[in-house]
Amino acid sequence: MQDLTVGIAQLHDWLKSGDVTSLDLVAASFARIGAIDSAVQAFLTVTEEAALVRAKENAGKTPDGILDGIPFALKDNMATRGVKTTCGSRILEEYIPPYSATVMDRLDAAGGVLVGKLNMDEFAMGSSTENSGFFPTRNPWNLGTVPGGSSGGAAAAVASGMVPYALGSDTGGSIRQPAAYCGVVGLKPTYGRVSRYGLVAYASSLDQIGPLTRTVEDAALVLQAIAGYDHRDSTSVNLPVPDYMTALTGDIRGLRIGLPKDYFAHDMDAGMRKVMDAAMEVLRGLGAELVEVELPHTEYALSAYYLIAPAEASSNLARYDGVRYGFRAKDAENLLDMYNKTRSRGFGTEVKRRILIGTYALSSGYYDAYYKRAQQVRTLIRRDFETAFERVDLVFAPTAPTTAFKLGEKTSDPLTMYLSDIYTIPVNLAGLPAISVPCGLIDGMPAGLQLIGRMFDEATVLRAAHAYEQATEWTGKRPQAIGGQA
Amino acid sequence: MALETVIGLEIHVELATKTKIFCNCANEFGAPPNTHVCPVCMGSPGVLPVLNEEALGLGIRAALALNCEVRRDSKFDRKNYFYPDNPKAYQISQYDEPIGEHGYVEIMVGEEKRRIGITRVHLEEDAGKLNHAAFEDASYVDFNRAGVPLIEIVSEPDIRSAEEARLFLEELKAIMQYCLISDCKMEEGSLRCDANISLRPVGQETLGTKTEIKNMNSFRNVQRGLEYERSRQAAMLGAGESISQQTLRWDEASATTVVMRSKEDAHDYRYFPDPDLPRIRLAEEYIEERGREIPELPSARRDRFERGYGLPAYDAGVLTAMRSLADYFDETAKHVTDPKTASNLIMGEILAYLNAAGKDIANLPMRPRQLADLIGLVEDGTISTKIAKDVLKGMMSSGKDANAIIAEQGLVQISDEGQLREIALRVIAANPKSVADYLAGKDKAIGALVGQVMKETKGKANPQLINKIIAELIRQA
Repeated sequence: MQDLTVGIAQLHDWLKSGDVTSLDLVAASFARIGAIDSAVQAFLTVTEEAALVRAKENAGKTPDGILDGIPFALKDNMATRGVKTTCGSRILEEYIPPYSATVMDRLDAAGGVLVGKLNMDEFAMGSSTENSGFFPTRNPWNLGTVPGGSSGGAAAAVASGMVPYALGSDTGGSIRQPAAYCGVVGLKPTYGRVSRYGLVAYASSLDQIGPLTRTVEDAALVLQAIAGYDHRDSTSVNLPVPDYMTALTGDIRGLRIGLPKDYFAHDMDAGMRKVMDAAMEVLRGLGAELVEVELPHTEYALSAYYLIAPAEASSNLARYDGVRYGFRAKDAENLLDMYNKTRSRGFGTEVKRRILIGTYALSSGYYDAYYKRAQQVRTLIRRDFETAFERVDLVFAPTAPTTAFKLGEKTSDPLTMYLSDIYTIPVNLAGLPAISVPCGLIDGMPAGLQLIGRMFDEATVLRAAHAYEQATEWTGKRPQAIGGQA
Repeated sequence: MALETVIGLEIHVELATKTKIFCNCANEFGAPPNTHVCPVCMGSPGVLPVLNEEALGLGIRAALALNCEVRRDSKFDRKNYFYPDNPKAYQISQYDEPIGEHGYVEIMVGEEKRRIGITRVHLEEDAGKLNHAAFEDASYVDFNRAGVPLIEIVSEPDIRSAEEARLFLEELKAIMQYCLISDCKMEEGSLRCDANISLRPVGQETLGTKTEIKNMNSFRNVQRGLEYERSRQAAMLGAGESISQQTLRWDEASATTVVMRSKEDAHDYRYFPDPDLPRIRLAEEYIEERGREIPELPSARRDRFERGYGLPAYDAGVLTAMRSLADYFDETAKHVTDPKTASNLIMGEILAYLNAAGKDIANLPMRPRQLADLIGLVEDGTISTKIAKDVLKGMMSSGKDANAIIAEQGLVQISDEGQLREIALRVIAANPKSVADYLAGKDKAIGALVGQVMKETKGKANPQLINKIIAELIRQA
């Protein structure tokens, strides 16, 4: 059985040589899912039948492109025609979309084989995947801890070798934080770089799709396939997509990397600080110049995020009313009763909490004090980064304040849970690209470092992350908790 | 106490685009339910709107035609409310930055020209339609209309009577039609009108408490609804009662207004900028191009028809009410010596024929040039006015030239005096009683004799000539 953790280029070489077929890879994926997913619980849906049909079609054919014939999975908030797309919610438990997301179409066109849909916090609201309407996913490094979220299923599936890569979505850190917790690479592209068409909206002005992979090179390969303007998404940007592979030179001499004093000034976890200090040394050793920068409005980011995101969510999630699709309460007396019962029963606690916050923030008389103010803070945070990027090429930060926490540890305290996204949220508010790369273990659990780039400068982000990865041994480490050999 | 009526209108106009405002579905009225729908206009999870540039262009054209200032920088907002015909549970609209503002429309109220202010013109999407089942406890939703592009036009409270409201609507409709922005068919819902109305003592500046009337589904009902509501409010104020701010529904059957909801039930729509749509930034050049798309508007045309063609105001009003009719007249009038003859035929026989056939003049097989030729044949005496009307019927249905029909049916007017004199002599000889009556001073008796000549000539005799000949012959006898 093929090991799916060897990297996309290696899988591609195998296919090219003819020693291995797409069917072998797809079968390996399902074998691994079959062996360990009852423990990890990363998948909500497996599309075995369709995947095998597609893989058989490809059997014996030389791959056209780098992703041709290679299995992948999607976070379950990306629409897949004919395949359930639940968003981790009871309200969409049986929902089958009539169309596919642009990213699905692009991966499909590139020859990718979808093997299933991945668990997530309901409507991407959460940092642990415990808010899934179905079941929590577990961290392959320690099944008693969370994989992070909301793309927890994606991170866990890639970390445990069930798929070579997956797509997640990142609204406030939902790709990067689980990537850090699970010891994989997670890239959030610039807002507008990847089409959101078919991504079920949580907070439209923040959501962005990106890859979760074993290596930085894989992240570059997958981004290459999904990036670019899409006429179906007016917020996607019509800029040429550079060749990301050529950016991976390994050379970061003279690159200026900013250390935000406002991120490190806090009472950072001692283990995390140690790992960060070591990572800084590695980057210095590679010839990068580390410079202190200021991001003075960081302390307001979380508050601004928790007004803007819920406000947009309250509107985005209003369509789940039981009228056209999804769950509908059967015992309603009248229209209002149908709305109330459908939405009360269909949505989970965190989703309802955010709908209520967002509805309040947009209410007449409160709009200026909350939503408008939060947008003003957002502008200040964006300017902080613009100012920093006048002096540096990248900004360096931890991905999350700690490593993965225990299941159930924070579920009763949403505010503490929200703090796990403190380093990732400002990046979404500013719309910037950022990557999380494994940078060590703390008490046996992976930690991630984050590199944040200028708008549409994914190339520099990838180049630095790649150089760091090549200089260390943290990437590609395999969790021992799930049957060792992966 | 004399009361002044104050009315402001809110008008929704569906734009005549090929496709919907945010997706590629056809914008077409009357298709079977849910046949012009897609994931975008059905609000499927994950879809995104993409602005139809044709809708934007028509919206700007409308704003310019209503003398509005066009915003160089505007945006779309979400208006949030739950209803089964509203698939996303929000309507994409424009809240605080409408595409057009500060415009006006001029109307003629009797001899007086009145200027009605236009507060704003904004773009938005239409909702679907609920069909309530007749024999079961259910409602069905048709989403064909969901996402059809609309403009909402809000007038200033400058309208002073129900009649003015109707005149304003007629003018607005004509402007929209002239500019090919909308067909403005109230019966198909492509023009819909809500009205705000209040009363105040004459001379008072501050406005009285208003009510809003909905569901007035024809121009006539707008006028009736407003007339009813004005009397109702006047009676209440007269009785010392106060008006409460309410939304009312015009009930055609009972010809009254019925309360829908009071002010306390007002929605909080929680407007905020739609994050899925970038801001609309317009280049000067783009706006200028939209301005060049605006043809001569109805009021200008009315003036020209009166001054240029010397038509009575009534004729000018009728002929300019529809652009196609005005175009037809203009084209015909160019080629005739007396435009009034063209006006008479178009407003009389031609409109009657079109109304009966349910056709638009634009699709009439007879083209203006052919009509002008027919009028020329009357003017030069080739055929009589009476024959002309018969020929006209044939032309309208077949599209043949007048000369072809006249030749086919041998309808050329007989103006040969010798030939007519011969027939007249025979008729006089055969009708001594009429001759005697005429000689006895009954002038009308000559009509019977003329009629006989017409009968013998199958109507082709030149009527003026035959009158003259008969009168001469009798006097000579």
